[in-house]
Amino acid sequence: MQPMDPNQIQLNSEGRLKHFLTTEGLSKELLTEIIDTANSFISTQERSVKTVPLLRGKTVVNLFFENSTRTRSTFELAAKRLSANILNLDIARSATSKGETLMDTLWNLESMYSDMFVVRHADSGAAHFIAQHITPNVAVINAGDGRHAHPTQAMLDMLTIHREKGAFENLSVAIVGDILHSRVARSQVYALKTLGCQDVRVIGPNTLIPKDIESLGVRAFNNMQQGLKGVDVIIMLRLQKERMQTALLPSESEYYRLYGLNTDKLAYANPEAIVMHPGPINRGVEIESAVADGPQSVILKQVSNGIPMRMAVMAMAMGGQNQEQTLQEQNSEGAK
Amino acid sequence: MSLPQPEQLIANMASALSPITQQDQDVVMVGIHTGGAWVAQQLHDTLKLESELGLLDISFYRDDFSQNGLHPKVKGSQLPDIENKTVILVDDVIMSGRTIRAAMNELFDYGRPEKIILACLLDVGHRELPIQADVVGEKIERPVNQRIKLSGPTPLTLSTVTLDK
Repeated sequence: MQPMDPNQIQLNSEGRLKHFLTTEGLSKELLTEIIDTANSFISTQERSVKTVPLLRGKTVVNLFFENSTRTRSTFELAAKRLSANILNLDIARSATSKGETLMDTLWNLESMYSDMFVVRHADSGAAHFIAQHITPNVAVINAGDGRHAHPTQAMLDMLTIHREKGAFENLSVAIVGDILHSRVARSQVYALKTLGCQDVRVIGPNTLIPKDIESLGVRAFNNMQQGLKGVDVIIMLRLQKERMQTALLPSESEYYRLYGLNTDKLAYANPEAIVMHPGPINRGVEIESAVADGPQSVILKQVSNGIPMRMAVMAMAMGGQNQEQTLQEQNSEGAK
Repeated sequence: MSLPQPEQLIANMASALSPITQQDQDVVMVGIHTGGAWVAQQLHDTLKLESELGLLDISFYRDDFSQNGLHPKVKGSQLPDIENKTVILVDDVIMSGRTIRAAMNELFDYGRPEKIILACLLDVGHRELPIQADVVGEKIERPVNQRIKLSGPTPLTLSTVTLDK
């Protein structure tokens, strides 16, 4: 499934978001608008009434072919705070395991008048595939597809960086760990470069760094002391233990010694640097507890920012679908 | 037909509002983004209100979301405590009344005000909802395809925009 130009799928005829599949190829203006909209939703999250009526009467389906409790829960909360009705389908354990094809599952759900699908799938390109084949006016949000993209995680990280550090232009950002298999890292790199970040670095063993990463304007390092020097933002990635079984990694203790973030290695960075992690964290595998719980850690703020960010992209994608539908109706009336 | 001067209209509004703000201690002024917020800022200064000025961005409450989607430039609302307060809600031009409906819906998600008083710089008629302003700078008659636009914040100027249809 090689996706076509993602913006042909995810933008409507006015250039507004109608699906949210990837950060790749989106303009700086649109990424900034996503961050600004999420920032506005933060103020609604501090009220006693946390819901806004934007998606009132809409039905959102959480379609998680791969488990992720936290991501699914924040999408569920975001949908509820937009006043949508939400259906959680534990699809991994239901229809597809009985042999139903992906499209049959989707057509069944469409028949229940769903307005939005939030899709998590182990295959790269799954959300694109669904967006291309879905009925018009149904929005698709990519909640992580294979090694390809995890755009809402990347954007909640951009929101966190923006709130903590302001403008992106003069920041140095290091992403540490298994870059090769990380959909989060890919989405972050595209977003950071588009938002104008001049100094994006990746740090990890050569076996876990994609060969072509420098063509994206990113500098690769194999050494934490060099890579972290003077950075303002450190993004630690979760080490997926299943990678240990392949020959890609040395032992867990060796990895921690070389690439685990502890207080000593943190000292290489700017003293004001923030430490981020998409979770769930493996204490003592990629990050020391003293750092994860320390004053420079913004890991729990990332979790909080996940809700307004998901509200923003859901509202924008639904809005783009609404706008497209209105324009189509106007055009067909004009043609009569 | 020439348009009135915003300064004069704000002076009219201030003299109408002054008895209320002098009598009622628990007054909070809230301006609707963007034009209403500019007018509210000047009224707030003129009336020497001590409570913090509120800003309301109604993007998340608009009733045309299902046609037009989300406004691309959402500012986010910033409101002081409005529970049991008299809220003076300020907008620049009242026409259909839909903005005010959305604004009141949003206000109630922040708390239950004792009273809401609506103050608008201009009332151009063509109401689509049963909503009327308590205080207006001036009432003027305009064709339905004309919109009056307030530019600002300094200086505030009014201009006419004619729609195609």
